[in-house]
Amino acid sequence: MTQVIMGGCDGENTWRLKDYVARGGYEALRKVLSGMTPDQVITEVKTSALRGRGGAGFPTGLKWTFMPKNYVGDKYVVCNSDEGEPGTFKDRDILRYNPHALIEGMIIAAFAMGATRGYNYIHGEIWSVYERCEEAIEEARSAGFLGNNILGSSFSFNLYNHHGYGAYICGEETALLESIEGKKGQPRYKPPFPATYGLYGKPTTINNTETFASVPWIIQHGGQAFLEIGRPNNGGSKMFSVSGHVNKPGNYEVPMGTPFATLLEMAGGMRDGRAIKAVIPGGSSMPVLPGHIMMQTDMDYDSIAKAGSMLGSGAVIVMDDTTCMVGMLERLAWFYHEESCGQCTPCREGTGWLYRIIHRIEHGQGRMEDLDLLLSLSDNIQGRTICALGDAAAMPVRSFVNHFRAEFEHHITHKRCLVGSAHSEKAA
Amino acid sequence: MALLNIEVDGQTTQVESGRTVMDAARQLGIKIPHFCYHRKLSIAANCRMCLVQVEKAPKPLPACATPAAEGMKVSTHSEYAVNAQKAVMEFLLVNHPLDCPICDQGGECKLQDMSVGYGGGASRFKEEKRVVANKDLGPLIATDMTRCILCTRCVRFGQEIAGIMELGVGGRGEHSEILAFVDQTVDSEISGNAIDLCPVGALTSKPFRYSARSWELTQHDSIGAHDGLGSNVVVQVKQNTKVMRVLPNNNDDVNECWLSDRDRFSYEGLNSADRLTTPLIKENGQWVEATWVEALQIVADAFNKIKDVQGADALGALVSPNSTLEELYLAQKLLRDLGSHHIDHRVRQSDFSLDAVQTNIPWLGLPVAQWPELKSCLIIGSSLRAEQPLLAVRLREAVRNGAQINLINPFVDDLAMPVAHQLVGTPSQLPGLLAEVLQAVAALQNVTVSAALQPLMSHAPSAVAQGIAESLVNNSSCALFLGCLAQHHEAYGTLYAVTVELARILKAPFGVLGEAANSVGAVLAGAVPHRGPLGTHNAPGLDAQAMLSSPRKAYLVMGLEPELDCANPAAALAALKGADFVVALSAFRGQTPNWASVILPVAPFTETAGTFISMEGRVQSFKGAVAPQGQARPAWKVLRVLGNLLELQGYDFESVDDIRAELSHDLKALTKNSLGNELAAAPALKVRASLGTIERIGEVPVYQTDALVRRSPSLQASRLGSTVEVQINSALASRLNLKCGQNVRVRQGQGVAHLVLRVNDAVPDGSARVPVGHPLTAQLNDANGVVSLEGAS
Repeated sequence: MTQVIMGGCDGENTWRLKDYVARGGYEALRKVLSGMTPDQVITEVKTSALRGRGGAGFPTGLKWTFMPKNYVGDKYVVCNSDEGEPGTFKDRDILRYNPHALIEGMIIAAFAMGATRGYNYIHGEIWSVYERCEEAIEEARSAGFLGNNILGSSFSFNLYNHHGYGAYICGEETALLESIEGKKGQPRYKPPFPATYGLYGKPTTINNTETFASVPWIIQHGGQAFLEIGRPNNGGSKMFSVSGHVNKPGNYEVPMGTPFATLLEMAGGMRDGRAIKAVIPGGSSMPVLPGHIMMQTDMDYDSIAKAGSMLGSGAVIVMDDTTCMVGMLERLAWFYHEESCGQCTPCREGTGWLYRIIHRIEHGQGRMEDLDLLLSLSDNIQGRTICALGDAAAMPVRSFVNHFRAEFEHHITHKRCLVGSAHSEKAA
Repeated sequence: MALLNIEVDGQTTQVESGRTVMDAARQLGIKIPHFCYHRKLSIAANCRMCLVQVEKAPKPLPACATPAAEGMKVSTHSEYAVNAQKAVMEFLLVNHPLDCPICDQGGECKLQDMSVGYGGGASRFKEEKRVVANKDLGPLIATDMTRCILCTRCVRFGQEIAGIMELGVGGRGEHSEILAFVDQTVDSEISGNAIDLCPVGALTSKPFRYSARSWELTQHDSIGAHDGLGSNVVVQVKQNTKVMRVLPNNNDDVNECWLSDRDRFSYEGLNSADRLTTPLIKENGQWVEATWVEALQIVADAFNKIKDVQGADALGALVSPNSTLEELYLAQKLLRDLGSHHIDHRVRQSDFSLDAVQTNIPWLGLPVAQWPELKSCLIIGSSLRAEQPLLAVRLREAVRNGAQINLINPFVDDLAMPVAHQLVGTPSQLPGLLAEVLQAVAALQNVTVSAALQPLMSHAPSAVAQGIAESLVNNSSCALFLGCLAQHHEAYGTLYAVTVELARILKAPFGVLGEAANSVGAVLAGAVPHRGPLGTHNAPGLDAQAMLSSPRKAYLVMGLEPELDCANPAAALAALKGADFVVALSAFRGQTPNWASVILPVAPFTETAGTFISMEGRVQSFKGAVAPQGQARPAWKVLRVLGNLLELQGYDFESVDDIRAELSHDLKALTKNSLGNELAAAPALKVRASLGTIERIGEVPVYQTDALVRRSPSLQASRLGSTVEVQINSALASRLNLKCGQNVRVRQGQGVAHLVLRVNDAVPDGSARVPVGHPLTAQLNDANGVVSLEGAS
């Protein structure tokens, strides 16, 4: 099984430049700088069908073509390592165990788009990882992979780490740009898109850590080879962060299109051999799916969309039959209520309202009409805000209520939980 | 610019590329509900109230932020769009208090209005409502922050229009709130506009709080009476008797939708306890109330007697440039019919050397609406934000469009916008500094400076002067302006002459920033000693300063507080007190009993009809909003009756229209033809190495421009109004062994002022900023003189 990102990453010092080079690192960069044109790089990425690994799944090669070609002045590439989505922890491991793959990927991307400067925006709560990235960049700079006239070519590129402060909203790409600029992390209205008006008003492309880290392999082995690892329109392998009621939670890099059942098996199967109840397949903001649907679904963008959810960032949250879906949704709703930036009315006012209703239901104060109110409010939030945080708050609510309505009704009529005695007496 | 075809609600229109769906709808007269959108502010798209249906779009889009596209079809009132708008309205209302009955915004609230159309009859929200702590933003803006819907208009106003971010959004999500910086109030000179911008009752007027409901008020169009801009205002009156509030009237050529705090809050003075409501005369050394007939007869008798005994030359008049055109016309007519040309409104000016060489009326030189198109400008001697708050707004727009602002000032000024170059020196150095710029410009343009100005060309231009010169030369659309500090300067004529020469070489417009509401109108009316109402050049009378240094036997003083408004208060008071007879026409008692012989209560601008001519030559007439208080009467009526009593011919005016008609049947044409900043010849130059130390920089504080502003308690309590201090730089402070924050005695002539010292390195060495026009400095004399400082306990 080919692993694009973590392949060969075994041992203590996989993050060191020396180890990375020994694994064939920076060969892709040499290949690019010894004769490839920017267009050839972009074509290769297009062929690979690499799609954005941060959650939206936008075709990476196409995104790179949006950057203006003959722009006079600085252009930026920015890596979104803000990884704030509950359930997701793959980018942290890339930064921790294979940071040079990201650095090399960003240099190649910068070459392809004519960018002169890059920023790697690292999530605020992972200090040691930030320090390691600083070391890695210093290694790359000392070795001549970063800076002026990289490897003796005419191409120059500088890269900096930027340590965030832990706000979920700063994972939204335009809020991330605002944050780098030293402002409050609040999404910008689009258009204009970052490719026209990005960091400091300059053309900017933002990609996820895993996306950039996939690029060296694509260049080295060709887009076609990458595509063939996965499925048409769903190229490559992908890291899935499996968490929840499984025996071996952790990151698993598997080819796109791997059946969920296989992934679950790799993660050691269900904890204590219990029955699978539900799975959130792509991070907390994606719709939840009942376990029996997931067991028949493959892990790629199109298959999961067909099943009624989204691949998102690849955070697979597995829940067994002891899980109270009301309590689970209450926790999720709290998160989005807390993390809303407060800019747009529906999200600012709606996320708190959603949370309070669910909180009431969980604590035995629910009313039957609350369920339709939750669905109505979700409709009124989703698609009505500047960024997707409103959608992220609404989609779990709608899917939890629709798929597990009986459990919510039980909470309302019996003022107690349907599942397990541990959750049974919550009446206020 | 490419034109795009767009269809909104079935109507088609064309908009320029880059315009939005909101622009297209407005063009068609289609109203889309909104809160955060404002045509003068940047787009925030955060309230989401303007969501509309766009064909082929997967979700409703905000009209304010969605760029128009060719062939776009938009429905603003379809079921789909209205459902989205209603949903947003529900979210806006869930945490909004239902306190409309006690909210000052009630009746003029966008949220209230919009909820009628888009709100539900009953709320689905059963949770507890959010409460947000109120903030102390100072004496002008009251807060009820629980009402705030976080549209951020006030924040964007500060950043983009006022130039200072005094408000921001703190917190996140539901915890978001509008805040000032810790322990700071909102102190901008145009802060009150945030009240107008606030679509709900979160920010309301503190002076107006709980005093009237908006539907009780009648609206009266009027003109701002405190600076030369001629801001269009609405005076709001309760029960036809009391002015309750003043708001801006939109005029994109003048004040746009903005208003300075000075024009907005000065109305408080109209209802001051210090208003004069009956004529006062002196009997046996005591002031007693009198009838108009008695009082006016005393004035007529006194004037007749002094004229008969001493000759008309013994009569003089000092008049306020905030008086109406009609009042000023009648005042000078009366004086001239009595045989005297000694009338002047330029009471703060000290150099009148231009009078001999200037026949036209000095004005702004460039219409206000064209300021934002400037690419470079040089402003000489102006604390612009205090003098012309809304011109500073226009300049900020110019800077956003790429303009370079250059200043020559007696201190480093903070314009709340990027300034390209600031050339700073003590007052006596200013002519030399300006001459350096002239020299550099002449060198760059390879032309010779006129012979008359050669005596000034002594210094090689400094780097800053060179920078200013390059900025002016390299940006074809440039202009030069002389501010009030220049106009009050002891070498105003010299500054003016150099500016004329600069403008000639640069082929650029130049002008003067009008100090008062009617500075242009006053010259047109003939309220100057060298020029009659129709431009006729009479044998010149005495100017404002000469009238005091060569005291007259009788004075007519109209609308002035001489101890505060004159360039040399000590000299003014001495002259008035030494006169045989002084008649004061004033709206306020103030200090009048100390220097007047008869006090006549006259109406302020809200209580009389009249005309102001703005500094750009805009003729704007207005009607009274309320009847004069008590026995007060419009000054034009008083002067007319005085004319009758003096048995002068041609004083039978029935209305201000009659007065204007006598002046001209086409006032606009007359004004247009009379404006002109050129000089017939160079004036006598004044060059001085130094006045000596410590040179006084005598600027008029923003809320001390005239008697009305001085009587607005809220403006006086604001930070700008309450901060009165002497400022010197740290070098001078250490030489004098004085510390920042300590009390000092400022001495000038026989006068002493007790002030707090502020050490500020924006002030050049050897000079001190000591404000004029303020009661605390009224004991001092010449605004341009030399002062001494000493520590006081």
